[in-house]
Formats: sequence, structure tokens, C-alpha cells
Amino acid sequence: MSVQQLGRVSAAGDALPVVVRERGQRQVFCGLAGIVWLHRKIQDAFFLVVGSRTCAHLLQSAAGVMIFAEPRFATAILHERDLAGLADCNAELDRVVAEVLERRPDIGTLFLVGSCPSEVIKLDLAKAAERLSGVYRGRVRILDYSASGLETTFTQGEDACLKALVPELPQLPSGERSLLVLGTLPDVVEDQFARLFAELGIGPVHFLPPRRTTEFPPLGSGTKVLLAQPFLGETARACEARGASLLTAPYPFGAEGTLGWLRAATEAWGVTGEVLDAVTAPAIARAQRGLAHHRASLAGKRISFLPDSQLEIPLARFLRRECGMELVEVGTPFLDRQLMAEEMRLLPEGVRLTEGQDLERQLDRLREDRPDLTVCGLGLANPLESEGLRTKWSIELVFTPVHGFDQAADLAELFARPLRRAALLRV
Amino acid sequence: MQLTLWSYEGPPHIGAMRIVASMEGVHLVLHAPQGDTYADLLFTMIERRATRPPVTYTSFQARELGGDTAELVKTSVGEAFERFKPRVLLVGEACTAELIQDQPGALARGMGLPVPVLSLELPAYARKECWGANETFYQLVRGLLKPRVPEAGRHPEPRPADRRPRANLLGPTALGFRCRDDVEEVTRLLASVGVDVHVVAPLGATPEDLLRIPEADFNVCLYPETADQTCLWLERMFGQPTVKTVPIGIGATRDFLDEVGRIAGIDVTDAKSPISSRMPWYSRSVDSTYLTGKRVFIFADATHAVAAARMCAEELGFTVVGIGTYAREFARDVRECAKRYGVEPLITDDYLEVEKRATELQPELMLGTQMERHIAKRLGIPCAVISAPVHVQDFPARYAPQMGFEGANVIFDTWVHPLMMGLEEHLITMFREDFEFHDAATASHLGSRVGTSRPAEGGSESQSAAEPADSPVDSPVQADASTVIWAAEAEQELKKIPFFVRGKARRNTERFAAEQGIQTITVETLYDAKAHFGR
Repeated sequence: MSVQQLGRVSAAGDALPVVVRERGQRQVFCGLAGIVWLHRKIQDAFFLVVGSRTCAHLLQSAAGVMIFAEPRFATAILHERDLAGLADCNAELDRVVAEVLERRPDIGTLFLVGSCPSEVIKLDLAKAAERLSGVYRGRVRILDYSASGLETTFTQGEDACLKALVPELPQLPSGERSLLVLGTLPDVVEDQFARLFAELGIGPVHFLPPRRTTEFPPLGSGTKVLLAQPFLGETARACEARGASLLTAPYPFGAEGTLGWLRAATEAWGVTGEVLDAVTAPAIARAQRGLAHHRASLAGKRISFLPDSQLEIPLARFLRRECGMELVEVGTPFLDRQLMAEEMRLLPEGVRLTEGQDLERQLDRLREDRPDLTVCGLGLANPLESEGLRTKWSIELVFTPVHGFDQAADLAELFARPLRRAALLRV
Repeated sequence: MQLTLWSYEGPPHIGAMRIVASMEGVHLVLHAPQGDTYADLLFTMIERRATRPPVTYTSFQARELGGDTAELVKTSVGEAFERFKPRVLLVGEACTAELIQDQPGALARGMGLPVPVLSLELPAYARKECWGANETFYQLVRGLLKPRVPEAGRHPEPRPADRRPRANLLGPTALGFRCRDDVEEVTRLLASVGVDVHVVAPLGATPEDLLRIPEADFNVCLYPETADQTCLWLERMFGQPTVKTVPIGIGATRDFLDEVGRIAGIDVTDAKSPISSRMPWYSRSVDSTYLTGKRVFIFADATHAVAAARMCAEELGFTVVGIGTYAREFARDVRECAKRYGVEPLITDDYLEVEKRATELQPELMLGTQMERHIAKRLGIPCAVISAPVHVQDFPARYAPQMGFEGANVIFDTWVHPLMMGLEEHLITMFREDFEFHDAATASHLGSRVGTSRPAEGGSESQSAAEPADSPVDSPVQADASTVIWAAEAEQELKKIPFFVRGKARRNTERFAAEQGIQTITVETLYDAKAHFGR
């Protein structure tokens, strides 16, 4: 707890930023929050959290109030009798699963999602998934992963979910090759990328997660994995374990990031730089026209990121290099040095980079720094606004199409809007 | 294990948070893993509170389990005390911490802090949010006032003749429904009969305020869901009587004043004419005739549900066709109320059951929570929100109490607004074939938004992937309808009935046909059924 700076560790190379690690109170969602976008992305999947009333309440608070449709997620709430051993948890779980599947016969894949309580009472969901798979074989695929707050922070929930899918992916025949893009992307962005890859002559291209679990992409030693989201380390390594190789690239935020990301794929496919330039030139020009619009309000402005989604470092890079913002502090809940290597190289020297969180001390620093904009979670935004700090809700960054050339200006706009608004208001 | 899609209440520690977030000078240390901090957003986003709830989370992680979680509790308590300097410190556990049994309360008490440290028992696997709020408020009041309880048999001093009676308002909390404005309205109401409000708690109270509670002549239990235990204890220990009538509606407000008068020993007759309420006249105005007998389904916390039922029946001329609550602790009140209106009470915290009942009842208006807003939207039924849990739009910027005479005005506007006005309803009935009177047309004052979520008859209209395939609005009763078929011309005639009563007309006709042993429903059957069930 508390200040415990676990030492200043130099990341990877000497020129790279110094990372300060902190431990203490955290103000972040647990991995369950990932269900909020995963259940919309994978249209035939259902997420059954095995947990407490708190889990149900969290999901509802993080997401529920925004979704008026019947959700494809639910919570099997543990009660006293489940804990006291009066009811056999496994029999109870079987009953609840039957109830879910009866209500939603359209479900192709059911995820049993572990939580803090289920971890602590050591309810073995892997075994339960195996048992239930036997019961529903041929009709419903039943998988499990843990999104407990004891182990996962916010977007790591998606990592755990996708990792659970990796063993299910069919084998890519040897001698064939394919590109696998990892990470939930809005459908519109996925389609844009698919078109770009096609124009570049790269293919076949698959996306994980798929829109339907009947469309699982193949995986094998000919697979090149390209990460669209920076928080998928476990999934990436699971793919590597099945022989796939990981492409190193910055993440596709902003024109620079997107170009670097595509370049990694072109290099793997032996596509020339001329082709890459020719294919991307119109989109890059569009992105830059759009960005110019927002640069005026962002350039020179100071920004701090509180640790939240692991998107902080790529976004900081984008805002610094393409929008001219000044980075005050970049906090990330967890730093995967391997996956972040390309991004770290693009950060300015001496940037204050923190990993983990000790909330109150971080807020002390923030009040001292008084940046023009603070990227933070929903719980903190209004209190900081009331202290006269402008904020950007970080959750919007995982809910909004922000990847790729054609969303670069939209991404900048998300940060420009609170500043524009502050300038407008006279109340 | 209970399958839950949406829940009406959070876990009990959320209730504890509602109490501390309402107060000043109090801090809660919650033993909980990361992720449980989501609860802050309920206060800062839904209620738009400008400050974080005064809560410190220990944020323990997997690697600390079985090791130093107890040490973590102590560090958190020490740091929270140093930083926030609370005058009372509460210590509790969320669901996961309950399982690892660190006894954080005992640990904190052993630290010798110079302020009262209260340990909360919040059984996360048995209890829920309202219980947690009720219990926390009780523990706080009891914890602070216990040393001041007079010896048994000693009665409180009678009020000096030259001092106005004093009342405490107990129960309003953060995240409660319109608590902020109710407190203001009830304070005004009491002032109008010469009663001063002494302490309001927990909303806006300090620990010192709680110590002043016994100085009042009586307590007003504004929200029994959060304050009934506290009021009962104060009654037993300090001989403070409790005013139990909740002043929602004209009749209840009058009863409330009567009860205040009786308990305070003052004459309240002058103030009883609802001078500040237009509601009785609005309800008597001929324009409101169309409200007569509108069928209403109520589902809320017990206090608001029971109050709403009385207003519906006595003050708006509606018919209560169903009533229920998610607050099991107060189920008895709702059962009694249901008996008064001759309906079957629905006591459940499963929103699917509420949806099922709403589908069966086909009400013309739903009064409920945020959850019923979802349900009503799906079913295409007008709806007004009357109780927590609520969303951001139910914390209005304007003054909008539910209690007292102004509260009755607000309620009249809020409940009548979603309905289609009388003459408009007639026109639609008369000119069904006007092309603009399509099924999804809403009341004209509600704008032209065509409800995509309002399923058409038989659920045949295109449905988004988000909607379940079996839209329950208008589907025939399975049991009865299996043997009954509709003749084509009867089906046509049915379409001339406005959509908002069509489901009911269909069901009634089918029930009538089944009862009469009719195999094929003709236009005749339709009108026979109409005569049979005519209200």
C-alpha cells in the first residue's frame, strides 16, 4: 500500500522513459467491465458472470443504464446457501445455465465468467465448463475465463476472454498464411481495415473476436498476429504458443500509428513501401485535414492520464506527436513492456510514466500539476470538474470508433470537446 | 444461485455508502478488491455529486490473499484517517472481503484512533442495498447516542410552552428519490404549522448533528426504507415518538399534518387547506375526465408504491390494476395495500417477473423505477418514475419534490404527461384509418419520435437484434387462444382499435370467446366481448 515506490525501473533501453510503479487504492473497473462491449461485438455469445450482487450491480452501473435492449449478459448471484455448502454450487450453476439457454435459444457460445467471490471460494469454472460442454455438445459451446478484480483490471477482461477463445480456433493448414487482427473493433472500423488490407494485397485477414462464434478464424504457424488493442498480452502469447508470430508495431491510433501498424503487416507480406504509400495516401491526407481542425485547440495544452484502460501510452503518443499536446503524466494500470516497445520509443524523453495506482497521491500530484485536461474514469470526472479541472471520460475511448485513419480526427475531437466546451460556457 | 439480468438494489455496502455520502465528517473504509470502486460513479455521475463519496477502498489483489490483507486494512485505515480527518470512522467489507474474514472492524478499533470507530456487518450474500443503508444509519445513530441514553423509566422533559415543537427528519439519503427537494418541502410544510426542523439526517448531517437528535420532540420517518430501525430505537431509548405517515399526495399530506398535530400537541387546522396545491383543482377540471379509470400498474420501493396507489385511486381517479415492490423487508405494507385495491401483490426482485406481470395486465400507465421504464418502453406503455433506483434524468435541476402540497403538483404533471390527452384519444378512436394515426404514433405533445421499440401488433414489425423474438405486448393468451381463431374481418376490425388498448381488447375478446365456447371470433364476438367487459 501507499507510496511504496517499488523503485525506478528503466524500461527496455536507456533512452526509454523511466517508469514509476505505485501501489495503493485503485480507481478502475475490474475485468467484468469488458463484457459491456464484448457482448455486443460477439452477437451469438452470452456472458454469465458467476459472482455476487456487487458484480451484477457493477455491470449494470458500468453499462446497463446505457443499454435498453435485453443484455446478452447476466449474473448468477451467489447466496448464503451456496457458500454454506447447503446447495451444491455446481448443481446450482447447471440449473442457472439451463435457465439462460432456455431463455436465449439463439446463443451459440456461453462464457462462464469468474469473479472475485468465485475465485476466493475456488469454484472451478473450467471444470464446470467442461462438464456443461458435455451436456450441450453440438448446440452450445461453453467456455470460461476469469475477470475477477483480484487479477484483472478493466480491459484485461477482454484479454482473458480472447485468450479463452484461442484453443477453440481451428488449425491453419501448414504452408498457408493469414493475418489475425486481435482486439474488439467497432464493426465500421473493422470493415475499413479489411478494405485497406485488401487494397494492400494482404490476406486472408481475420479478426478476433469475430462477430459470430461460428466464424472462428484459423490459427497456426503461418499466422501473423497484429494487435489492434494494446491490452491483449495474454492472448498474443497464447497465439504464439500455437505457433503464430507476433508483428511488432505501434497501435493504430492517429495517422502515424495506423501507418506504422499497417507497415508491420506489409513488411511481413513483402508488400513494398511504394504500395503502402499509394494505398494509404488518400486516407492519410483526409486524416490530416481532419486533425488540423482540432490541433488549434489541443496544441500546447497539458494533459494527464490516470491509469485506466492501458490505452494511455498510445493515446499520449498520438496527442503529443499529432496534436501537439504536452504530456504531464501518463498513468497506466499495467505496463506490458514487450507490447508497448514501439510506443515507448515514440514518447518524449523525460515523460512522467506511472504504472499501477495510489489514488490519493496521484490526485495530489494532479492538483499540483493542474493540467488543461485529465483523462480519468467516471467516478472521478465530476469531482475533478468541480475543482476546476477539465476532464475526459476514459470509458468513451473504449466505446467509440477511434482506430484508423478515418477516425483520427474523431479521436482528437474527443479530447478537444471538453476544452471547447469550457471555452464556450459563461455560467 | 439466482439468475439476475438487472437488479433493483445493489449489495448492502452500497447502502452504507449512501449513508456516508449523505453526511459530512464521516468516512468509510471498505475492505474490497479493485473494481468495487465502480460504486463512486453512482454518486458522481447518476446524482452528479461534485465530490467523491468519503470512501477509501483497500483494493486488495490476488497476490495479497492469505498474506498481508490485514496489514493492508490497517494501512488504509491509518491513511484515510490522516488524510480526511473524519470525526467518525466506519469500517466495512464488500462481498469478497467477507469471504476472507480479516475482521477489518476489529483491526481498525485496535488502532487506538482518537475518534469513534464503528464496525459494520454487511452480509453481502444475504442482504441488499436498502437493508445496508438502514443498518448503517442505525449503527451510526446508536453508536453515537448510546452513551446518552437516559436510564430506563426516565421520561423526556415536556416541551416548554414558549418553545415551538421540534422535529427531526430522518431517512433522506444520497441516491434516494427526490430526497433533496422533499426535505425542503417538508420543512416548509412543518413551518406552516409552527414546527421547527431540528436535525435532518443522514442527508447533510454531521456526527455532531446526530448527537442533537434527542433534543427534538419527535422524529419524522420520511423514508422507512432507510430510517425505520433508527426511529424505533429512538422511540424506545429516548421516548421520541415517530410520525409515520409519509406525506405523498394531498390526502397523505393532510394525514401527516394531523399526525404531527396530535404528536406535537398543536392545532394544525389552519394549514390543512392545500393552498399551495393546484393538484385537487386540476384533477377536478373537466379536462381530466379522461383520466378516469386509467389502468395503472405500480412497482417500486414500498413507501412510494403504497403512496402512489392511494393517489391513483383517490386523487386521480385511476384504477390500480397491480402493485408490487422489490423491498422484501416492507412487503407487508404492500400486501395490505394490494388487499385494499383488490389486486394480487407482486413481491419480487426479479425484473423478469415484473415484466411478465406488466405484460399480463396491459396497463395504460406504469409507475415504477428505472427498471419499469425499460419494461414500459419495451411494451409501449406510458411510464413515470416514482422511486429509486433511478437514472440521471430523475435528479432534475429544478425543484421537484414528491412530498407535501407542491409534491402533489409535481406528481400530477409527471404522471399525466406521458398519457395521450382525452380529445386526442377520441380522435384516434374515431378516425383509425387516418394514415398518420399509425400504431407507433405517440401522444402529440411527446414529439414525433416513432418508437422503434414499440412492437407492432403480433410482433410482426421488423425487430432489431436487440429485441427478443417473442415480443410479449400483444401476443394472444396461449391457453385460451389455442382453440380460438380470428375471422379475417374481425382481425381487421381489431386493427381499428387504438394500439394502446388493442392488446387488452384482443385478450378480452379471446377470453370471452373461450368462456363462451366460441371457436371463431367474428366482428360480432368482438363487440359482444366489448359489451361484456365494458367499463
